[in-house]
Amino acid sequence: MAAPVEDLLIEAGRADRHYVRDLWRYRELLGFLAWRDIKVRYKQTAMGVLWVIIQPTVQTILLTFVFSKLARMPSGSLPYVAVVLAGQIAWMLFSSAFIGAGNSLTSNTHLVGKVYFPRLILPLSALGVALVDCLVLLALTLPFAPLAGIGPTWRWAFLPLFMAAALAPAIGAGLWIGALTVKYRDFRFITPFLLQIGMFVTPVGFSTQFLPSWRELLALNPLTGVVEGFRWCLLGEQQELFLPSLVSSGVISAILIVSGLWYFRRTERQFADIL
Amino acid sequence: MDSDADIVIQARGLAKHYRIGRAPRHDTLRDAVADRARRLWRSLTPARGSDASSGSEDFWALQDVSFSIRRGEVVGIVGRNGAGKSTLLKVLARITEPTRGSVSIRGRVASLLEVGTGFHPELTGRENIYLNGAVLGMPRAEIRRKFDEIVAFSEVERFLDTPVKRYSSGMYVRLAFSVAAHLEPNILIVDEVLAVGDLQFQQKCLGKMREATLNQGRTVLIVSHQMESILRLCDSALLLSGGRVEFAGSPMEAVARYTQVGGRSPRAVDCRTLERPAWAGGRVTIRSLEHLDTASPAWSVPFGGSLDFVCELAGTNPETPCEVFHAWFSPAGLEVAAVQSPAFSFASGRAGVRVRSHLQNIRLTPGAYTLNVGVRAGGRMEDFIETVVRIDVLPTAESITRHAEAYRAFYVPEADFRVE
Repeated sequence: MAAPVEDLLIEAGRADRHYVRDLWRYRELLGFLAWRDIKVRYKQTAMGVLWVIIQPTVQTILLTFVFSKLARMPSGSLPYVAVVLAGQIAWMLFSSAFIGAGNSLTSNTHLVGKVYFPRLILPLSALGVALVDCLVLLALTLPFAPLAGIGPTWRWAFLPLFMAAALAPAIGAGLWIGALTVKYRDFRFITPFLLQIGMFVTPVGFSTQFLPSWRELLALNPLTGVVEGFRWCLLGEQQELFLPSLVSSGVISAILIVSGLWYFRRTERQFADIL
Repeated sequence: MDSDADIVIQARGLAKHYRIGRAPRHDTLRDAVADRARRLWRSLTPARGSDASSGSEDFWALQDVSFSIRRGEVVGIVGRNGAGKSTLLKVLARITEPTRGSVSIRGRVASLLEVGTGFHPELTGRENIYLNGAVLGMPRAEIRRKFDEIVAFSEVERFLDTPVKRYSSGMYVRLAFSVAAHLEPNILIVDEVLAVGDLQFQQKCLGKMREATLNQGRTVLIVSHQMESILRLCDSALLLSGGRVEFAGSPMEAVARYTQVGGRSPRAVDCRTLERPAWAGGRVTIRSLEHLDTASPAWSVPFGGSLDFVCELAGTNPETPCEVFHAWFSPAGLEVAAVQSPAFSFASGRAGVRVRSHLQNIRLTPGAYTLNVGVRAGGRMEDFIETVVRIDVLPTAESITRHAEAYRAFYVPEADFRVE
């Protein structure tokens, strides 16, 4: 067997020159880890799928009640539930990807301590479960769209784009939280806290279209553009896109990813020593 | 053996530093904040002593470790707990980064620091083969190609679609081992995993790995506490002690140094201050042990030759007849030869006696052995000393023609072969 001989130099305090090459080489591991998490999630419990929908269903009902019945927010000609549900799907994708990426290092301690692979694989693979959960949720809810008078439109084709837009800030923030959790275990408790605040400042339960005076301020949240994007894709003609929120979403996600990568790479080599 | 082209691992001045004890590790954010505040406070108040050393305790797991390993070599790494063996493997496997120094490695490395890394209890045997293979760096196509072979090797075909959480521990280990045994790296790093699993299956795996080193020139690094497997498998060995390389060379020598501290013994050994077990009676004691052959280096005997030494005894109650015995131990702690003297009595009125032992035709495989000596009187153990001396059995023309060392047995019978 003539395996290609390659040279490797391990040196103190020296960034890995082969990181990108290794990342590519371990792409299959990325797939396997994502596949493992998905498999375990949907296998472990007979109600696997049920768990995926219970939380968003309950939250959708609550939010609909609060914003539609109590706060009397308008929703145009659409049923209010549809507006909330579209927002929920976007928010669920972001939050579960964020939680998964943030916990990915501490929940795979045994791997980090025993084998080499670019650690970036772990937060990336965590996105897989979030994505599959989201697809399951879509598959379960979209058949009911006609009941709300929503038919398939060409806009549905743009959904993958906005899914990527939801995953982008999730991985950026997840890199930060993941690397910080290795060093400071407290960050485990910060994630749910951040998400709770995020839920309030993100227009999950209402549409910014009907709040013109707040629109610019809400656009500062990168998730606003994502949530609105999901509605624009799923709910049809009445939803409009607000350009500033899209721009802010793109810019903030880029900043999170670049800085997250920087911090992650800087601390990565110590992970095995600390974990 | 040609020059540098054959070297696949070259380590230069490796060092690994950890902070232990009261070191500022900042496991929680609160600690980090508190520590910052404390430092700030300290920098504002007049210094009392050095503050750099306060609080942190330095620990060097590795220090100035340099070595080179050639292609196709099986290298054993031995040393006590905390000698730095595992740290060294982790550095070579790129799990942790050295604090100083460098290593250059030629070829694809696979590390096996644990059996079944990445196994998930909920997944089936089949799924875990793929997952574990990927974790160990095997491409999917390769796993698929070898899948049947791995399954057959593991002997768990029937349970392939059962979640591994229902496996017995033996089945689990066998499956994990099988995946590892089918890795095809250029360099394989193995930590202590040989210690698990049943003996027969271990042998099967070792055979498989050995085969790969012979046929494909694979280089293997093994950490083990089982001296037998080091001697059986390795071409050379590295003895680590306190994070440094204490010895690099033949496995026999490394194991001998590891099992008996202090290296070669002096020709005359004063036994009076050596440690005794509490149960030794003490009415007759061994005062000294002296090797009589002044021509040969201290305590060595050529293969098939004879060994003469004197054991000096002292006694407070010399009336009862007593016997001297000695037992030879292999480096791995196996008792390989033992002999006892006939009973004798001290000359009347004398408080001491010199017992001369003459052992002849010593046909033990060349290598290092250790000697235990003891005295029994009236069926009671009066004195006993473990590992008094190290005896080297030196190779001779005969032992070489008999390939004594190649077989790693302990005893080589006198033999005569004739073609009829």
